[in-house]
Amino acid sequence: MANSQRYTREIPHRYRLEAQKFPSGFVSLPRRYVDPISGKKEYENIKLKGTGTILTYTIIHVGSDQFKLLTPYAVAIIETDEGARITAMITDTKFEDLKIGARVEFVFRKIMEEGASGIINYGYKAKVII
Amino acid sequence: MREVAIIGVGMTKFGELWDQSIRDMFAEAALKAMENAKVDRIDALYVGAMSSGLYTFQEHLGSLMADYIGQIGVPAARIESACSSGGQAMRVGYMDVASGMHDIVLVGGVEKMWDVEDGTFVLATASDQEYEAYNGVTFPGLYAMIARAYMERFGLTREELAQVPIKNHKHAVNNPNAQYPFEIDLKTVLNSSMVADPLRLMDCSPITDGAACVILCPVDRAKEFTDKFVKIRGVGAASGPIALHDHKDLTRLEAVNLAAQRAYKMAGCGPEDINFVEVHDCFSIAEIVVAEELGFFEYGKGGKAIAEGQATYGGKIVINPSGGLKAKGHPVGATGVAQIIEAYYQLTNQAGARQVPNARLGMTQNMGGSGGSCVVHILEGM
Repeated sequence: MANSQRYTREIPHRYRLEAQKFPSGFVSLPRRYVDPISGKKEYENIKLKGTGTILTYTIIHVGSDQFKLLTPYAVAIIETDEGARITAMITDTKFEDLKIGARVEFVFRKIMEEGASGIINYGYKAKVII
Repeated sequence: MREVAIIGVGMTKFGELWDQSIRDMFAEAALKAMENAKVDRIDALYVGAMSSGLYTFQEHLGSLMADYIGQIGVPAARIESACSSGGQAMRVGYMDVASGMHDIVLVGGVEKMWDVEDGTFVLATASDQEYEAYNGVTFPGLYAMIARAYMERFGLTREELAQVPIKNHKHAVNNPNAQYPFEIDLKTVLNSSMVADPLRLMDCSPITDGAACVILCPVDRAKEFTDKFVKIRGVGAASGPIALHDHKDLTRLEAVNLAAQRAYKMAGCGPEDINFVEVHDCFSIAEIVVAEELGFFEYGKGGKAIAEGQATYGGKIVINPSGGLKAKGHPVGATGVAQIIEAYYQLTNQAGARQVPNARLGMTQNMGGSGGSCVVHILEGM
């Protein structure tokens, strides 16, 4: 799995929700070099506020080995208020409160452990705001 | 560009092939195809495979396969585009023959999926590893999110969605190479275990071992080998966003539409001319969205049309006469080539009890990831 440099280089996005806003309005997390809509290469660095809306979601009952112990767990595609699209695990939320259109906030959480001697991975998850 | 013919095909049975390694399966399919085409030498070899490294710790398949089918010396390489690796290998083989660079080209696809335990992890590498898989999403999970968005927007019911695998299993009954050649009913689908809500086990294509190969040559030379061949009329490929979340509309797979438009344009025909289509039904919702993108049904109406019997014999168009990925099996890298083989059987009137009557033009649609890549072929019987 990931060694420390592979993990570290993603920290700005995963810990601090650092993103880029392109002239077309497209917001990207993680970094990219060209606006997929306008083809322009200029952008503004922004930090996402950490709130958004669920566009769709699923409850995963069969996970890969890294997430097996968490099943069943929910994952959603979220559009942040700035317009960034993010796939995130849902946490601290009852399944019955999940719906398309539900408001969420991002929280900082442990994502997984890479085996007995590997690094511990952190990042964002999202929870539904009741 | 030269016109390109398919002059021979060969495949293994699809299933849990405990006794065969990745090289055994490929050799079986390749040697059958060469025998079928009556060629003993090839000029080049392309093999599609999604993840032989993670599944069997074996990369460098071009060399391995050329070596094990007695063709050392030929240029040979692996083509990878996740689940559309086989279709992409076909396209490369097509370009190789059409360009005039080589005459007799073997195109194959292979995947040995039953040699590892954590296949869910391997399949998730076709998504955005750092920004989808890292956050716990699985492959069925991605299609489940498409399904939920589609069902909510267009009012497709769980029972209607179940008609896709029911129809495909019915078709597979007549396919001797299918992994699951038996019928299933609504109760079986709705009672199967939940994988990623709303998708259940019976919505998901299985884990499959298998290989499939075809032999290509210029149409001008096809008659030297056989009087039964199929012409490749159109080829279209396209890419889409790697991450599902970057699809503007989560109920669509735009790369499929783009690839289809290119194939239709090259073939000089439209969806109304196609007699049957092999589509990439990796999950039941995929068949619905793909059928819409290919132009067979209006957006939002494909699910109900398939549930009403419009995608089987006697309907508007036969979708997946082979049984599709769900019932025939889905050895990822082999699938795109196996779809071509089904089209070859149909267009040369060799499909037996699953023959689509008067089939003249057939289509195949092979897709990688959650719509990150797509290859469409249009084939004509000669």
